[in-house]
Amino acid sequence: MSIFEYNGSALVAMVGKNCFAIASDRRFGVQLQTIATDFQRIFKIHDKVFLGLSGLATDAQTLYQRLVFRHKLFQLREERDMKPETFASLVSAILYEKRFGPYFCQPVIAGLGDDNKPFICTMDSIGAKELAKDFVVAGTASESLYGACESMYKPDMEPDELFETISQALQASVDRDCLSGWGGHVYVVTPTEVRESTLKGRMD
Amino acid sequence: MSKSAVELPPKGGFSFDLCRRNAMLSTKGGVRPPSYRKTGTTIVGLVFKDGVILGADTRATEGPIVCDKNCEKIHYMAPNIYCCGAGTAADTEAVTDMVSSQLQLHRYATGRESRVVTALTLLKSHLFSYQGYVSAALVLGGVDITGPHLHTIYPHGSTDTLPFATMGSGSLAAMAIFESKYKEDLTREEGIQLVAEAICSGIFNDLGSGSNVDVCVITKGHKEYLRNYQLPNPRTYVSSRGYSFAKGQTEVLTTKIVPLKEKEEAAAEVGDAMEE
Repeated sequence: MSIFEYNGSALVAMVGKNCFAIASDRRFGVQLQTIATDFQRIFKIHDKVFLGLSGLATDAQTLYQRLVFRHKLFQLREERDMKPETFASLVSAILYEKRFGPYFCQPVIAGLGDDNKPFICTMDSIGAKELAKDFVVAGTASESLYGACESMYKPDMEPDELFETISQALQASVDRDCLSGWGGHVYVVTPTEVRESTLKGRMD
Repeated sequence: MSKSAVELPPKGGFSFDLCRRNAMLSTKGGVRPPSYRKTGTTIVGLVFKDGVILGADTRATEGPIVCDKNCEKIHYMAPNIYCCGAGTAADTEAVTDMVSSQLQLHRYATGRESRVVTALTLLKSHLFSYQGYVSAALVLGGVDITGPHLHTIYPHGSTDTLPFATMGSGSLAAMAIFESKYKEDLTREEGIQLVAEAICSGIFNDLGSGSNVDVCVITKGHKEYLRNYQLPNPRTYVSSRGYSFAKGQTEVLTTKIVPLKEKEEAAAEVGDAMEE
């Protein structure tokens, strides 16, 4: 077993027209036993930047705390919010610092930058950034998510259509993964609002 | 380890805090150590009549999975120096970023154009000091006051100086092309053609390399980064209309809508008040 499969997770982010969506499953398990079914692995950094952390849950929470701390220091010094590109570089630097003893986490970062241009990015556990124009995936369901997103994704979707697409891709993928599931959290972020939904899914 | 109550941002260098825990997990917990994103990779470079040409494929892999179909492997070092990276993606990225900022500071201090040997020495001394654990295999090319230079750097810190070079898992396929067709004093067009052919040989014969061809041409006082110079593997299998889902098809339990407020320009007002 890989340490990334200890708790199980599914994470995906997609870009739409002046908006983005980020979604995860809700299961928190220890190997094949389910511990919680309302687990949060997507976190809000500020109104327009969201962070998803797949992999080992204990490291996800530690990493989240360190990142929030660094973002707050930035806010105090600069009196503004971080751009998503900057935040991605921060995450990458924090992960690479632990190159030889890493956090077992694969982050997904999604945000709206200057002029509300959507930005999505993922990394491996030692901070190798992958900037994508369409979608990014992470977690134990990543292989099936690649397939689902590769066929379902279209460029320039409106928020409503983006919500349906990311939800369907997520649901289809977690059904082929034992370690993730129990519905989903979906955030659709536009320049004017954040829509947070919980999805109903299979409970096996 | 830091002794202060608040953990302050580190000043640089690696942290080995989690090593013992991770070692314990892999011995007692029976878990495999993680795999990292690699660049698989075919990267090449050659010296032609007026300068240096670098080339790279654009596939990033994690085990057998292609995780990026169009990534950038030709990294900026200085305005006159570029560097192709193969090996663990995080290492090539971090090592080239770090050296490029050292070169920038050196240019600010001296007011002179960076030399390729400077970049070479910085890279090899870093890699040598980590004994090959920072696994970056690089092809470094550039044109400086002393002319065009091409070097390869291995993860352990050894270097070569060559008229044509290849690195990465596709290096054999690419070298086959260079060995049969390279000659001295190629023209710019011939050079780009040969580099693209070598990369394509890697793309089609090595499974760790794939997708598109990136090329970077560096001549005296000029450079040209030809991102996606060739696209030999276009996507042809998905209908342009794609799938569409009716609104409300997904079963939703709860929805919460938070409207976003416009940020107030507080800073400007404070500034005015202070002037008065």
